[in-house]
Amino acid sequence: MSRTTLDLWVGFFVTIGIAALVFLALRVGNLGGTTIRNSYQLTAQFDNIGSLKVRAPVKSSGVVVGRVSAIDFEQETYTARVTMSLDGRYQFPKDTFAKILTAGLLGEQYIGLAVGGDETMLAAGNTIGKTQSAIVLEELISQFMFNKASEGAAQ
Amino acid sequence: MPNADLIRTIGRQVNNGIWRLGYAARFAMIMLLQSGIAFRRFHLTIKEVYFTGVLSLIIILVSGLFVGMVLGLQGYNTLQRYGSSESLGVLVALALVRELGPVISGLLFASRAGSAVTAEIGLMKATEQLSAMEMMAVDPIGRVVAPRFWGGVIAMPLLAALFSAAGIFGGYLVGVQLIGVDEGSFWSQMQSSVDFHEDIVNGVIKSVVFGILVSIIAVFEGYDSVPTAEGVSNATTRTVVTSSLVILFADFILTALMFRGT
Repeated sequence: MSRTTLDLWVGFFVTIGIAALVFLALRVGNLGGTTIRNSYQLTAQFDNIGSLKVRAPVKSSGVVVGRVSAIDFEQETYTARVTMSLDGRYQFPKDTFAKILTAGLLGEQYIGLAVGGDETMLAAGNTIGKTQSAIVLEELISQFMFNKASEGAAQ
Repeated sequence: MPNADLIRTIGRQVNNGIWRLGYAARFAMIMLLQSGIAFRRFHLTIKEVYFTGVLSLIIILVSGLFVGMVLGLQGYNTLQRYGSSESLGVLVALALVRELGPVISGLLFASRAGSAVTAEIGLMKATEQLSAMEMMAVDPIGRVVAPRFWGGVIAMPLLAALFSAAGIFGGYLVGVQLIGVDEGSFWSQMQSSVDFHEDIVNGVIKSVVFGILVSIIAVFEGYDSVPTAEGVSNATTRTVVTSSLVILFADFILTALMFRGT
């Protein structure tokens, strides 16, 4: 059995097919994006997570430092428990503040970590105590409308 | 009594359909059992990858490019109305990777390669080459049918990936080069919204399933064709029609299973 031009063409075809798959995975998908190394888990309780989703980014000063790995409902406190896996290279103080923020006006929601001044760092499995819930547009509007209405009544 | 005739015709059709389905399933089982020869003599399969894959390259790449370019134009028209023309990359990539890539390349594959396989096997049957093989104690299912099946199964996912890649390039050409959407946000928004497991792997799974379905239908219709000129032409038509319907139906089922919404 000898090599033929046909083998060359099939080899070429398979190569560019696999190259297209790699292109889709790395350039189009997020496989080559920021990878989280030696991750450790932190949890935080939120009254309202809005439309936060699993795999949403966790950012500090705008840099992605981790991703949301799980979201559950806590029966005892009736709040949402968000588990994040953070990059092992980054440590945060005990009094770090976790907020649910929105990218742009109508973009996806992410968790922003505002760093505090405590000396001790959060260890794996710890819970972030200070949190701020997502801003729900409807609540904001109804608050505004009630304020306007009470202003009108006072005058 | 026209009603009795109608019921008789429906009954015969249903009966015939179920009979053919059972025969096709038995044929597929036998072919899978005889597939050893397609891997032991792998050059047979490589030849089929050449015929079904390499020779379909041009049509797949050109149609992918134009589908992507149309998506770019149409998507831009709608998105700029909401001031979010930077999400053009997301729209083009998700549409291609999730749906259009596997489905359109599956349809093209069925009409370009599936019909050729059916006609070839049908003609071999009509000219009694298959019977001649049996006379020489060569199993025609292992020697002729199985390599064509596996060639199609190997070629189809690669063709779908090439279609998606060509389409995204087409969307890039129109969106970034022609209209002037910002290049950085075109790619970065695409990367942050397209998930590897959720979107790309599911698209590849779809294309593998379509490859298996089209190849089974093509080899079965060829093997089952009436061995006359008319029978072969009917079988070729049936391959294209049945494969297209099965691809669209299977796509709905797979989409419903994969993207139920989180």
